[in-house]
Amino acid sequence: MKVRHVRRHGDEEVEIAMTPMIDIVFQLLVFFIMTFKIVAPEGDFNIRMPIAAPSEGVPDDNQLPPIKIRMKSDDNGRLTSMQVGQYHVGTSFPALHNQIREVVGDDRGPGCIAETAEAELDCDYNLQFKNVIRAITAASGYIDDGRVIKIIEKIKFAPPKPST
Amino acid sequence: MRKKGYGSGAKYAKGDMTPMIDMTFQLIAFFMVLINFTEADQSERIHLPSSELAKPPDAPLEFPITLQLTKRGTVLFVGEEIAGGRLSPLLLREKQVMEQRGRLLSEATIVIRADKNAKTGKVQEIIKLCQELGFERFALRAKQKQEDG
Repeated sequence: MKVRHVRRHGDEEVEIAMTPMIDIVFQLLVFFIMTFKIVAPEGDFNIRMPIAAPSEGVPDDNQLPPIKIRMKSDDNGRLTSMQVGQYHVGTSFPALHNQIREVVGDDRGPGCIAETAEAELDCDYNLQFKNVIRAITAASGYIDDGRVIKIIEKIKFAPPKPST
Repeated sequence: MRKKGYGSGAKYAKGDMTPMIDMTFQLIAFFMVLINFTEADQSERIHLPSSELAKPPDAPLEFPITLQLTKRGTVLFVGEEIAGGRLSPLLLREKQVMEQRGRLLSEATIVIRADKNAKTGKVQEIIKLCQELGFERFALRAKQKQEDG
């Protein structure tokens, strides 16, 4: 912004008071600097869970039963063990991921198992939520060459367990 | 800052403020553009779990209802901290608003921003409560990160 000095009658000069504007501008600047925060981008895991209703029509023979992922915790909510169906995978999420890939297979495309596969999370009440997100991540897919490869898109929860 | 001299006969010397003011306005413009007002519905009390697959959605959700679950098990909803048991009337109000607008409950998405140390049982209780009211679409929110903290 160019501040012009207007000269009148020779040497006489009209001054524009810049001080209040600069004060305000600096206050604005300080406000924005203080409130500025870099926020990590957030994303969603979508879950479609209508309340249990009697199924209509003929059941689909191709529909596989949901892959049950059992997650146990101690009283403090720490993960103690995980199970995919009958297979124990300890507390390792990569092992959980590998087990699910083994069940679902790596075929992608129309008619593949991954298209209709469904995972059901059966978790202890006290389990820390971050473990659920890690399990959903392990079951949902993986990143290959910067691309997200989906494994299971349908994820639901088993009925909640009572508080201990 | 450049000083303008008026020679030996000058009464005073003035600093040229133009570059400083230009720069300052550019900084203000930069921060104004980057300021994120959507944070208004996000609480500092919630530390989201992280996931490498949590990508920001391509399009904004049509009817999001954001419920934030703290580590202590309370729910933050429309700026209030409430116990889980008192959530039902507030969700019922949301349901009535949607019905008045002629919208189906299946179009709404319950966005659950739960603290990473919150109890999973509490999350499931919220989901169950929403299901009983007729909501069926849920989104579990996580922040995008390589490693969980």
